[in-house]
Amino acid sequence: MILDEIKEALIEGNKEKVKSCVRQALDAGLAPSAIINDGLISGMQVIGVRFRNEEIFMPEVLVAANAMQAGMNIVKPLLIGDVEIASKGTVVMGTVKGDLHDIGKNLVIIMLQGSGFNVIDLGVDAAAEKFVEAVKQHRPQVVGLSALLTTTMAQMKRTVEALKQSGVKVMIGGAPITKKFADDIGADGYAPDAVTAVDLTRELLGLG
Amino acid sequence: MSMNADAKQQYQASLNRVLDAIKLKEPDRVPLIPVVEAFPYYYAGLTIQEGMYDYHKAGAALDKFYADFHPDLGWDPVLMYPGKIMELLDMKWFQWPGRGIEDPNSMYQYIEKEYMTEDEYDELLLDPTHFIQSKWIPRSFGALDGLKYLALRDSIWFGFFNTFPVFGRKEVQDSLQTLLKFAEEMNKWYTFLGEYDKKMENEFGVPLAYGAWGYAPFDWLGDTMRGTVPILRDIRERPDKLLAAIERFTPIAVEASINGAKASGRPFVWVWLHKGVDQLMSKEQFGKFYWPSLRQYIQELVDAGLTPFIYVEGSYHKRLEFLREVPKGKVVYDFEDIDMFEAKKVLGDVACIAGNVPNALLSYGTPAEVEEYCKKLIDVCAPGGGFMMDTAAMVDDAKPENMQAMFKVTREYGVYRR
Ligand code: B1M
Repeated sequence: MILDEIKEALIEGNKEKVKSCVRQALDAGLAPSAIINDGLISGMQVIGVRFRNEEIFMPEVLVAANAMQAGMNIVKPLLIGDVEIASKGTVVMGTVKGDLHDIGKNLVIIMLQGSGFNVIDLGVDAAAEKFVEAVKQHRPQVVGLSALLTTTMAQMKRTVEALKQSGVKVMIGGAPITKKFADDIGADGYAPDAVTAVDLTRELLGLG
Repeated sequence: MSMNADAKQQYQASLNRVLDAIKLKEPDRVPLIPVVEAFPYYYAGLTIQEGMYDYHKAGAALDKFYADFHPDLGWDPVLMYPGKIMELLDMKWFQWPGRGIEDPNSMYQYIEKEYMTEDEYDELLLDPTHFIQSKWIPRSFGALDGLKYLALRDSIWFGFFNTFPVFGRKEVQDSLQTLLKFAEEMNKWYTFLGEYDKKMENEFGVPLAYGAWGYAPFDWLGDTMRGTVPILRDIRERPDKLLAAIERFTPIAVEASINGAKASGRPFVWVWLHKGVDQLMSKEQFGKFYWPSLRQYIQELVDAGLTPFIYVEGSYHKRLEFLREVPKGKVVYDFEDIDMFEAKKVLGDVACIAGNVPNALLSYGTPAEVEEYCKKLIDVCAPGGGFMMDTAAMVDDAKPENMQAMFKVTREYGVYRR
């Protein structure tokens, strides 16, 4: 079936094939939401599992994510209104102000999406106010902060404080971050890697 | 410049300590070689912006650091890159306080982009020099955009009838004028650095840490040409071209480092590793794309009588066996994130190891915690020699008392013999 082909092409990271299969699926009259849920996202789920099991690594994940993006670019404009994209919850993610490292954060996002979460990406260099604004707008259950520099860890503290009132759960991560630091600044959780970040998100949402 | 007898003696003692550690022998005590970046300037209360725009202020700030701390290898103000000179070039892949960054106390930042696109491998492989001159340089430096018109490789026979006239173009002339001005300014900076190096030796008794810098061939391509994510995709999408480019770059990287060390007359070559970390590729991919060319690079530097200081940024837990494959007693591995106990076990008889005192601990921990961490490192790594104390990554915002704790414990607890 064409949706399986999309899924397989995505797992292989074959961008061109994903694009042509997505077009074929549309021509065949399949709903855009089906293409996203049962083709693209279900392919990313497989990527997530294989990455977790260390069967594949960053390069494979990146080409798959690229293929996913290429497919999305075709389908997204055809979505009418808010479609049903199966979601276990919404997470707002960003790298804090002053920090431009985003590979780790993006990997966490890929893994979260692959596990069925809806993720709003605030990109890099995101100030506390930007997170506060995004929480108002998107009403996420969890906010994720990433930082790779010792000099930007202080921004995490600032952001956690700014988010206190909203009651949203905050998870933090990045190479220099420790559990102790997370406790000290009053974050709700710390994850050392992308796989743990997914588990932690589930935990914070009470999904067990 | 005054010649201070104590300084002379300290200088020699420090250098011997380091050389012994490299040769895998026990020195009198564990050498201290912290790579400090912004720390001395923060410590002296100078902003990064001031440091980057006034060489002498940067020098004075560093004076304070060396008056209070005495490392066995030190850095001159080279890491406070000269803001004005970089402005002159209109550098695209860098921003700093003074250009692009508002906070005068923020560190400068590399701006990652694809300065070479995925479809340009063939062009690069055909003629790296021409590609760098006509594509990479104009993209990297706005003020050198005119160099894209030069095609000197087509000058053979009467080809120069076509290739030389472009020197008449205004854009080319502007670029050449900029280069002349650049060279003049750069000489001033180099003169300043040269004077500071003498001061380090004669007044503070601290040997300069570096003779030249270098990069792994994979990073040469990945850092400022392709970018991190694109080069990782290249591993899957165009592995043959990637390998060919790495192979092409290896002798160029070797040559650049050897020339740099020759020019300075100092044998320590610092090699900053970026893209080979555990999280970015599998062990097999590391063994195929990253390590062989790096290994060759290290070997050729050693053959040329140089000492590579491999500054291993990020996590390297899964790479240890590879790192063994270098000449014995000639290489330093300065680690960030690794199990040092394991590193000592695996590499102890081959290479000197250093590093690993976490920067987050230096920024957010207490002196007692730093002391405890360093003691553990000394207990595990010092026996038999081949170990130097360094932080995990370059130090920016550490608490001074934590830096002092690292120095103190190494001086007192890291002693092999009095
Ligand atoms: C919300 O919940 C969560 C949960 C888990 C989370 C999470 C969030 N975020 C991350 N995780 C966790 O899950 C991820 C997946 O398992 C993991 O993410 P990681 O990001 O750790 O892992 C990635 C998958 C792979 N790892 C990486 O991508 C980072 C690797 C290293 C080598 C690194 C890279 C690649 C880069 N760098 Co930068 N860089 C270093 C890094 C060394 C290190 N120790 O990490 C580090 C962080 N850099 C450093 C520096 C100094 C800099 N860098 C800079 C620039 C860059 C590049 C652009 C070249 C590139 C980044 C490319 C990009 N698009 O992100 C500059 C800073 C720019 C800025 N303002 O941010 C610059 C300042 C250099 C310069 N002068 O330009 C050092 C910081 C030192 C310090 N004092 O803190 C550094 C430790 C290297 C070193 N040893 O010196 C986990 O941490």
